[in-house]
Amino acid sequence: MDQIILQFLNGLDKGSAYALIALGLTLIFGTLGVVNFAHGALFMIGAFCAVTVQRILTLSTVVEDPTKTDFLGNPAKISTPYVESWFGPEMGAALIDWSVPLAILFAIPIMIAIGFIMERGLIKHFYKRPHADQILVTFGLAIVLQEVIKAFYGANPIPTGAPEVFRGSFDFGVLIGFDPNAIIYPYWRMVYFAFAAVIIGAVFAFLQFTTFGMVVRAGMADRETVGLLGINIDRRFTIMFGIAAAVAGLAGVMYAPINSPNYHMGMDFLVLSFVVVVVGGMGSLPGAVLAGFLLGILEAFASMNEIKAIFPGIDQIIIYVVAIIIILTRPRGLMGRKGVMEE
Amino acid sequence: MLGLTKKDFNLFMVVLVMVALAPFILNPFPQGSSLAQMFNAGYPDLMQRFVIFGILVIGFNILFGLTGYLSFGHAAFLGVGSYSAVWMFKLLGMNVIPGILLSMVVAGIFALAIGYVSLRRSGIYFSILTLAFAQMSYNLAYSVLGNPASNFNLTNGETGLQLLLTDPRVLGQSTTVDGSLPVTNFFGIAMRDSFELRLGDWLFTFNAGYYLCGIIMLISFYISIRIFRSPFGMMLRAVKSNQQRMNYTGLNTKPYTLAAFVISGIYAGLAGGLLSSMDPLAGAERMHWTASGEIVIMAILGGVGTLIGPILGAGFNEYFKNILSKINDGVLHQWLGFLPDGVEDFLVTIIHPFVGKGWHLTLGLLFMIVIIFLPGGLVEGGKRLGRMIFGRPKRNTAEAEADAAKRRNPAAE
Repeated sequence: MDQIILQFLNGLDKGSAYALIALGLTLIFGTLGVVNFAHGALFMIGAFCAVTVQRILTLSTVVEDPTKTDFLGNPAKISTPYVESWFGPEMGAALIDWSVPLAILFAIPIMIAIGFIMERGLIKHFYKRPHADQILVTFGLAIVLQEVIKAFYGANPIPTGAPEVFRGSFDFGVLIGFDPNAIIYPYWRMVYFAFAAVIIGAVFAFLQFTTFGMVVRAGMADRETVGLLGINIDRRFTIMFGIAAAVAGLAGVMYAPINSPNYHMGMDFLVLSFVVVVVGGMGSLPGAVLAGFLLGILEAFASMNEIKAIFPGIDQIIIYVVAIIIILTRPRGLMGRKGVMEE
Repeated sequence: MLGLTKKDFNLFMVVLVMVALAPFILNPFPQGSSLAQMFNAGYPDLMQRFVIFGILVIGFNILFGLTGYLSFGHAAFLGVGSYSAVWMFKLLGMNVIPGILLSMVVAGIFALAIGYVSLRRSGIYFSILTLAFAQMSYNLAYSVLGNPASNFNLTNGETGLQLLLTDPRVLGQSTTVDGSLPVTNFFGIAMRDSFELRLGDWLFTFNAGYYLCGIIMLISFYISIRIFRSPFGMMLRAVKSNQQRMNYTGLNTKPYTLAAFVISGIYAGLAGGLLSSMDPLAGAERMHWTASGEIVIMAILGGVGTLIGPILGAGFNEYFKNILSKINDGVLHQWLGFLPDGVEDFLVTIIHPFVGKGWHLTLGLLFMIVIIFLPGGLVEGGKRLGRMIFGRPKRNTAEAEADAAKRRNPAAE
């Protein structure tokens, strides 16, 4: 029983990441009708926003430390981050410690700007071209973004820590009456799950309860008619692209402490999130979220030793097997709508 | 001649001459000069890659160019082919022919299974299904089927499958007389045998393996021309232009697309088998989905749906990969040495991310530029250049076809 709960929890954080990326992908499918292979790259850029903020905050200067002397009797030199000398040592240390949450503030404008530039500069010209061309050009863009990041940050993963308070683990089992140490769950993963829930909720609320969201939903259903009503639907779709990019970026920022950012993390997540979108049903936002969590949790269960003893290596392929079965039995995915991406 | 029209026959002859004379064409600079270090590509390893990837992309083009089904999983067939060929070398002997044949058969069966399932869906779903299958095969090869500790070790995991001195090799020798591994051969002609011709400062290398691959590439190219010009090829084009209409006329298109998928899978398997024949080592990274992406890039760069495009694309990709990865900061400083120091350093800093280890960036940019501005690839570029220079506004068939396809294909919603 404790194993089952543990695996369920383990699946949540991966599922959250899948769901967030798939949500952004589906927003772009549903609104713009574009297959965005560069979405994983946006996720990766988000993670590198966290790295950048960490680097900016730890920029250091060398100052003399009057309390100590080195072996020649001169005042010792220590390197101090600028933030510590500006805001005082305690405040500075706290700022550095909280660099990942702070990176959210940094990432939102950056991601929205990248989304706008991408849509206006590139994707706009591909609405009327076949899906194959859209896949190809965004795939090329993904390679370029990935290589640019590699050129600036190098090929090695860059550790980006969560704040001190969230570093430990939480004994989840004691709370619901299990032995101590039966179900241990890292704090940051809970934070990630809560964060994903908030973002997903916010996107749904935005689409459901604002006029803007209503117009966008109408545009998803019938773009031409909405355009004929005198609404500048193109501009709204550009904004939606920016929002989708921001969702992917934020998913990346918060994922940085779970897995050190490296330049190919986007590509690693991309294939899986496409599978998630297809399983959920193209163009269906609830489907993407549902499938994201479902596949994340399935993957966690498949990596249990008991399961692996029966089907060796099932954890590596479970997602694909499930995806293939679902596409073959329910061609539109779990909650797919009619007529989305069907030639 | 050879059952080809005059135009196709001429094209075939051009390719034949290019393949036969490649050691000369690719060696324009005298050996030992710095230009030769950089630009010469006439050494066996690289020439083999040119023709092998040529085969791979010719096969990919039969699927994507004719039917329009964009497969993102072709690297799986390449990998399967490589593994089967290496197994043949381990079990049977070092003659390359059984290995190549087995790699084609296994890749064909594999493609039949994957194609049967994937082709039930079209468009983006097809791409993602093939992607999922390929990634699944990669994961299987990487970990599940390749656990060196278990009895059932098909792929040897991340180390890759390699030849061992203890392999049985029932039809050949397990070890040579001096106790080393035997080399791959074609009825006694070792694949790495080279004949070197020295003409003045020039050194030309004629490699047995390269010529074997070259001949196989020519045969593949010939078959692909015949497929393009056959009623079968016409049917595939019809599928591309409007599958629904084909179905309404009461025709089942599935067997045709499946046949195209299997044929292109066999081509990919053949390429994999040849890669292993030249260098008997197969690893899972050949099956990773970014490798499939590279196949797509090669096809697009050259020009999809044209006969010569795939060969050009594969050659272009491999050649520039080779050159760009060789340019490092030292070389750049040497080239730009005539400039004032500040300008030189500035230029080197700017160019640096695009060359050496960063050649992927150049390739990605080039790929985007080709898709955005030149959807026909190098072939289309050549045609446009030709029209610009010779000023012939002649509409040829390919163009008319493309225009017609554009009209038929209503704007995507």
